[in-house]
Amino acid sequence: MQLESMYQDIILDHYRNPHHKGLRDPFDTEVHHVNPVCGDEVTLRVTLKDVGGEAVVEDVSYDTLGCSISQASASVMSDLVIGKPVGEAMTISQAFLELMQSKGEGQPDEDVLEDAVAFAGVSKYPARIKCALLGWMAWKDATARAMEGTQ
Amino acid sequence: MSAYPEHLDVEAVRADFPALARKVRNDKPLIYLDSGATSQKPIQVLDAERSCYELHNGAAHRGTHLLGEEATDVYEGARAKVAAFLGAGVGEIVFTKNATEAINLVAYALSAPGQLQVRPGDEILITEMEHHANLVPWQQLCERTGATLRWLSVTPEGRLDLDHLDSMITGRTRIVAVTHQSNVTGTVPPVAEIARAAHEKGALVLADAAQSVPHQPVDVAALGVDFLAFSAHKMLGPYGIGVLFGRAELLEAMPPFLTGGSMIEVVRMEGSTFLPPPQRFEPGVPAVAQAAGLAAAVDYLNALGMGNVAAHEESLTAHALDGLREINGVRILGPDTTKDRGGAVSFEVEGVHPHDVGQVLDELGIAVRTGHHCAWPLHRALGVQASTRASFYVYNTHDEVAALADGIRYAQRFFGTG
Repeated sequence: MQLESMYQDIILDHYRNPHHKGLRDPFDTEVHHVNPVCGDEVTLRVTLKDVGGEAVVEDVSYDTLGCSISQASASVMSDLVIGKPVGEAMTISQAFLELMQSKGEGQPDEDVLEDAVAFAGVSKYPARIKCALLGWMAWKDATARAMEGTQ
Repeated sequence: MSAYPEHLDVEAVRADFPALARKVRNDKPLIYLDSGATSQKPIQVLDAERSCYELHNGAAHRGTHLLGEEATDVYEGARAKVAAFLGAGVGEIVFTKNATEAINLVAYALSAPGQLQVRPGDEILITEMEHHANLVPWQQLCERTGATLRWLSVTPEGRLDLDHLDSMITGRTRIVAVTHQSNVTGTVPPVAEIARAAHEKGALVLADAAQSVPHQPVDVAALGVDFLAFSAHKMLGPYGIGVLFGRAELLEAMPPFLTGGSMIEVVRMEGSTFLPPPQRFEPGVPAVAQAAGLAAAVDYLNALGMGNVAAHEESLTAHALDGLREINGVRILGPDTTKDRGGAVSFEVEGVHPHDVGQVLDELGIAVRTGHHCAWPLHRALGVQASTRASFYVYNTHDEVAALADGIRYAQRFFGTG
């Protein structure tokens, strides 16, 4: 069975015990993203702070309705971006997107993606890539809007 | 499986479907339980389409050469076959791209200038149970015309709430559009009764038969509907062709939807006139090979007998309902008996998202549908975000139904809920 290659323990752990879940105040921007194929939803809030002239992700809070992959991915994403400068977090987001588009051939850099390397197996299943990207796309959207607000 | 009667020689049927012989993930045999999305195709249909391209490939309804004449015969022969299958007149069968286009054609005709045109303040009545294909076109019609969209609600058991049917159909109701079999719950609403009530108030009736024509005997006169729409690919036929049945006098009164070649009478720079139905609604070079495939599908189903097809699916559905009911944590959406119910069985598995259920089943070679199945409002009405759906057809076996139940238990164990 190849199920374990998709549902790695790291993914199931994040699914059962998601990090940073729940919507928190205050926040700079809130977005609501939907996967129209299945109706999965995420509401996500971003708070940025200025650290010496550089925008840093202070907090990401979210609420999700969705499958194990989408929930675990949002949890891993929040771990990866909270506390990072926006520029660096966007680079990580891009690396994750490229991994998801790799059709199972990607060689993820664990130093960059940390727990998110566990999603490499998901990229072999086209129907599930959107699940893994739902939280990331919401974060990217919310952060871009927050950046517009600070300019 | 003596508890569930057999009505078809399923092994003989299966031998006609090449796809059913293939292996899927993990070298498992395919267990195809997604015919509600699209059916598999028998060699008879594939052969009909192929021979049309090999022998009769000419543009129908034009030219003077033999191939064109043969293509016309194939195309018009398919129309006659479909008409007989439904108890309709030959001129009442319009070939479209699919059921979705057929419904859009009617919704367009009701908003375009002409005697059927809907006015501001008129009402369109649909139901909460509809597939998006029989819902969004009516929302759009209302936006274009200023008409009001109303809908019948769904009971917690997944039946249509008909208690208020008489008050929901008013003197302003212009058309009642209702599914003849839900693609989610399998519910078969009493379309004939709804049609009688609608006609008493002067409203037209359209049945979305995408899930009924493939699975049960359908006679348009007995149903009493004015329009009926379905797709070939869900009834063993090819993609890219569907059918709109429309009563002759209504089609006659309707303006064209898509326009261009093949549907005109006279074209001048100042304006054009159009052919009578059904050609008025079939612009462009006809999909002759697809029509040939659809005709072969009708032949195939007729040879099995639609009564036997329905009985076979009822037997599988009874088995599935019994099997799922026994699993702790599984909730069946919709009617839990086979009465007035077809062979789409949707369910939720407590603690396991449908995507994850579907993924585990896929690893076992079992193909099901997951998500909202293009019926988002119905899912909302039933209090679920998404579901898993198994749907059955002529080639499914009781062993496959049993494998579905085993697969769900396996998913529960995998995610630690069972």
